[in-house]
Amino acid sequence: MSEFLHMGGYAFFVWSSFGLTAVVLLLNVFFARSALRRARLHALRRIKALEAERAPKT
Amino acid sequence: MTQISLGAAFWGLLRRDLLLTARRGNEWINPLVFFVIVVSLFPLGIGPGAKTLQLIGPGVIWVSALLATLLALDGLFRADYQDGALELLLLSPHPLSVLVLAKVLAHWLITGLPLVLLSPLLAVLMHQDTAVLWVLMSTLAMGSATLSLIGAIGAALTVGVRRGGLLVSLLVLPLYIPVLVFGSNAVASAAMGLAVEGQLSLLGGALFLALALAPVATAAALRVSVE
Amino acid sequence: MYLWIHKLGSARYFYAFARVVAPWLALLCALLMAVGLYQGLWLAPADYQQGESYRIMYVHVPAAWMSMFVYVVMALASAVSLIWHIKLADWVAQVSAPIGASFTLLALATGCLWGKPMWGAWWVWDARLTSELILLFLYLGYMALSDAFDNPSTGAKAAAILALVGVVNIPIIHFSVEWWHTLHQGASVTKLGKPSMPASMLVPLLIMALAFKAYYGTLLMWGVQAKVLEHEYRSKWVRELLMGGKR
Repeated sequence: MSEFLHMGGYAFFVWSSFGLTAVVLLLNVFFARSALRRARLHALRRIKALEAERAPKT
Repeated sequence: MTQISLGAAFWGLLRRDLLLTARRGNEWINPLVFFVIVVSLFPLGIGPGAKTLQLIGPGVIWVSALLATLLALDGLFRADYQDGALELLLLSPHPLSVLVLAKVLAHWLITGLPLVLLSPLLAVLMHQDTAVLWVLMSTLAMGSATLSLIGAIGAALTVGVRRGGLLVSLLVLPLYIPVLVFGSNAVASAAMGLAVEGQLSLLGGALFLALALAPVATAAALRVSVE
Repeated sequence: MYLWIHKLGSARYFYAFARVVAPWLALLCALLMAVGLYQGLWLAPADYQQGESYRIMYVHVPAAWMSMFVYVVMALASAVSLIWHIKLADWVAQVSAPIGASFTLLALATGCLWGKPMWGAWWVWDARLTSELILLFLYLGYMALSDAFDNPSTGAKAAAILALVGVVNIPIIHFSVEWWHTLHQGASVTKLGKPSMPASMLVPLLIMALAFKAYYGTLLMWGVQAKVLEHEYRSKWVRELLMGGKR
């Protein structure tokens, strides 16, 4: 196992590469999901605002 | 009202642009001065050793010419955009890409051609062989025309953007790289006494490709920008 | 088949399509990544010349392939948008750009991390890395241009033109950089592992490449869904969808 982590002496380079890849890919997932969530909330809010406009206020 | 022919429209637009530039006084010198100053920065930054300057000369002259062309691009459409002449141009019944070609030609005559004519002086400053001068001028002539054509696309895309100057550089510089590579290499090869036909043909090919495609893209970009 | 493609141009149909497909793509991506990483990091043997450092290839090469693939998708979407005026195509292009730029950055960074043990230098002006760097500039230019306009749809159209100009230039740029590099190349060969690889090394590479594709697909679905909601909230179907508590 320690041989695996050691990567023949290239541990820093190999694990940095995979680590960086993981970070970038996960960050993109995070941004995509939160953008979708925000879009839903905004859309819902705007729809409700539109409905409130249409319904005559007494 | 009679409609003028396409040829008349082309030459008319060309003459108009040249006239307007002539009336604006000495603005047209600015890119040339920039060209000379930037080339001069390199010996100042690196050191005056003849050997080094000779080695980096072709690249330095080429990059400086490229940057000077880039800076001058702003003048291509912005003035007309601001006073509404560009909108009128878009309304013309003539194909916009041909009219664009007229404007780019005028622009090249004002900025590109002088750069080419000035380059031998800068070649001397950078300790280049006189044998190289002809190659330098012909590569710069073809190259600067190509750069003007490609740059026109960037200028058209950003004409409506506030402070679009830096943005144009970002858009256009990657597209300039092939021209730079072939142009500066041709000069460096000539300095070493090697053949340059290959590079010159490639530059010529790039010019023809740009002549064929760039005005179309520029016209499309203008229509988007001047909505 | 064409009818289905045509239907996909409609925001409403695409949204429904994405809702169904995205979770499965995400699952596929996760599975492929797991298998690919296991094979690439654990099972595959060490390289004769490069030892264990070659394993960086399993993320570097797929990232580089994706950086080019995404740009092509962007250019195709841009062409569709300009020719047929389909807004959805604009959204596909705009969502793809930052993803493609991320892949390009990853390709460059992992390229450096692979280069240091291989050639002793963090950065070399190798033809492939230089081309990748220029590709990054093209992506950043696209993103900057599409953001520069007050009117987002003007920005999208301008960026679409830029994407098409870029895609025409990419082969030219690549050719010129290759040519430039061969002139200035020293004695050392600087190829980053072109496949004449045994299957045990090639298979994990292909699996990782597929995993990255599935990843892009998933993110594309999510991203375009967000754009659809942003722009189509006035539509009846969006109202019914969101008010009905569905996602």
